[in-house]
Amino acid sequence: MANLVIAEHDHGSLKAATLNVISAAVEIGGDVHVLIAGHNAKAAADAAAQVAGVSKVLLADGEAHAHRLPENAAAQIVAIASGYSHILAPATPYGKAVTPRVAALLDKAQISDIIKVVDADTFVRPIYAGNAYATVKSSDSVKVITVRGTAFGAAAKTGGSGAVETLAAVGDTALSSFVSSEIVKSERPELTAAKIVVSGGRGLGSGDKYREVLTPLADKLGAAMGASRAAVDAGYVPNDYQVGQTGKIVAPDLYVAIGVSGAIQHLAGMKDSKVIVAINKDPDAPIFSVADYGLVADLFEAVPELAAKL
Amino acid sequence: MKVLVPVKRVVDYNVKVRVKADNSGVDIANVKMSMNPFCEIAVEEAVRLKEKGAATEIVAVSAGVTQCQETLRNAMAIGADRGILIETDAELQPLAVAKLLKAIVDKEQPQLVILGKQAIDDDSNQTGQMLAALLNWGQATFASKVEIEGGAAKVTCEVDGGLETVLIKLPAIITTDLRLNEPRYATLPNIMKAKKKQLDIVKPADLGVDVTPRLTTLKVEEPPKRKGGVKVADVAALIDKLKNEAKVI
Ligand SMILES: Cc1cc2nc3c(=O)[nH]c(=O)nc-3n(C[C@H](O)[C@H](O)[C@H](O)COP(=O)(O)OP(=O)(O)OC[C@H]3O[C@@H](n4cnc5c(N)ncnc54)[C@H](O)[C@@H]3O)c2cc1C
Ligand SMILES: Nc1ncnc2c1ncn2[C@@H]1O[C@H](COP(=O)(O)O)[C@@H](O)[C@H]1O
Repeated sequence: MANLVIAEHDHGSLKAATLNVISAAVEIGGDVHVLIAGHNAKAAADAAAQVAGVSKVLLADGEAHAHRLPENAAAQIVAIASGYSHILAPATPYGKAVTPRVAALLDKAQISDIIKVVDADTFVRPIYAGNAYATVKSSDSVKVITVRGTAFGAAAKTGGSGAVETLAAVGDTALSSFVSSEIVKSERPELTAAKIVVSGGRGLGSGDKYREVLTPLADKLGAAMGASRAAVDAGYVPNDYQVGQTGKIVAPDLYVAIGVSGAIQHLAGMKDSKVIVAINKDPDAPIFSVADYGLVADLFEAVPELAAKL
Repeated sequence: MKVLVPVKRVVDYNVKVRVKADNSGVDIANVKMSMNPFCEIAVEEAVRLKEKGAATEIVAVSAGVTQCQETLRNAMAIGADRGILIETDAELQPLAVAKLLKAIVDKEQPQLVILGKQAIDDDSNQTGQMLAALLNWGQATFASKVEIEGGAAKVTCEVDGGLETVLIKLPAIITTDLRLNEPRYATLPNIMKAKKKQLDIVKPADLGVDVTPRLTTLKVEEPPKRKGGVKVADVAALIDKLKNEAKVI
């Protein structure tokens, strides 16, 4: 039995979520191979070979993978799929775009967003915005899986000694092409991997206030910054700040929810945090039902005071 | 250009579902059902494309129980021209839905299929990508902006870290994210008009599709409950708790 992990990377290095997927693959058991489909991506392949638990890295380096288009990635994965019992990818926008395509081409079901490995055929996954956990057993010969990163520890970046094997990259399917990207570079830790997250909701009132009030606190705590959908919709922050059922899933050591009411869709994205703090002026806000420490206060007074006293 | 919009009937997003006592599933008896919010956005986008002159006909498709007719009427009230119900009581998993939709696409020959990115009941986020694979079409997932340009669609997609724009050759698949648009409310006259629109019913067997599930649900459980916390009196008390009790700062 061997598992194929579809790496998410930027050609030069591995994205953190890949390390969690490798942990899930190790838990399933058997050899763990990692596929790097990229362009000039030798550095990412070398990084993958160092990761504890990885026995082989497959590097498919070619133009077709320069922009990580899902059509080309899926074609690459299907070309090497035989021999693998499990194909796993992170449940990130990239993994979610590619993996179902692979599953359908192989005529297999996909098991989305697993949070636990019961055995090689059986997995636990949240449904209904995390209001229920389903244990599902697959009858397929190949299990195609996406992994919720926060549910598995990150594999150690070093200690492995995998061999890097070069594959022929597939040609361009020419079904889609890359036009442009607007990626916001941030000095802050990545939201899904951060130890502390400071998150703001509609209570902040505007983008300017969001930044003015939350940045000093996030700076003091070395935190990543997140938001509710209402804050994103209102344009306070970009879309990739959104925490929740349909945004990012986070599970930091400390999650500070500020001016967030705590709708079930928001809770779905953060209720596995170790410690939750809520600051809200409404004592009945549902966020308090999941908060370890609740402070009923006007955030415009409490948050600057908190940042100052830390 | 014909646009196909698959719409799913799901438990309304405001309902907090309960796990059944025997752990066989969630209790959806007597619970409010609605169109999946992402599917509403898909219908709205198709209607806007028609209003702009880029689309000529919108066909809504739903797979599931008889009551999915309500979901289709709802789509027609927003502006879909007609509906197709693939009627079955069987449990449908995304791969089976994708196969059913492929059979409809083969018949209807649309240039564009717009689906929701995710159904808020199973939270699978699979069907659109699977359909794209089965058709060997291009896909643009988690769309926040769609422009039709000649034989292609220019789509801005939500990705980690921001946005990415791709050009997909038509025919193609698009899945919607929340910020693509805000669906209009169906007006009463449009609801009345929708009742008279054409709604065809087919069965999975008519389409030659085997919908047998590949995944068996062994049990469904409540997630671990967080134990209720405490309210602190002021900022100083909060800092004290975080430092000395929780030890997270
Ligand atoms: C299909 C679907 C998917 C969704 N997915 C997500 C998701 O992934 N993530 C998500 O977050 N939401 C999601 N939502 C939206 C969700 O239902 C809520 O609408 C949203 O989370 C509310 O955001 P909020 O808490 O910021 O705003 P509100 O609910 O408006 O809450 C604002 C809070 O701020 C407090 N407040 C106001 N002023 C102050 C002040 N001066 N001091 C202190 N407190 C103050 C108020 O008391 C209130 O509790 C989804 C909805 C749908 C339909
Ligand atoms: N039974 C169904 N009938 C019609 N469309 C569906 C059905 N199931 C899924 N879809 C479509 O696929 C999208 C994603 O669903 P899922 O892959 O289940 O998360 C939905 O938003 C719908 O557009």
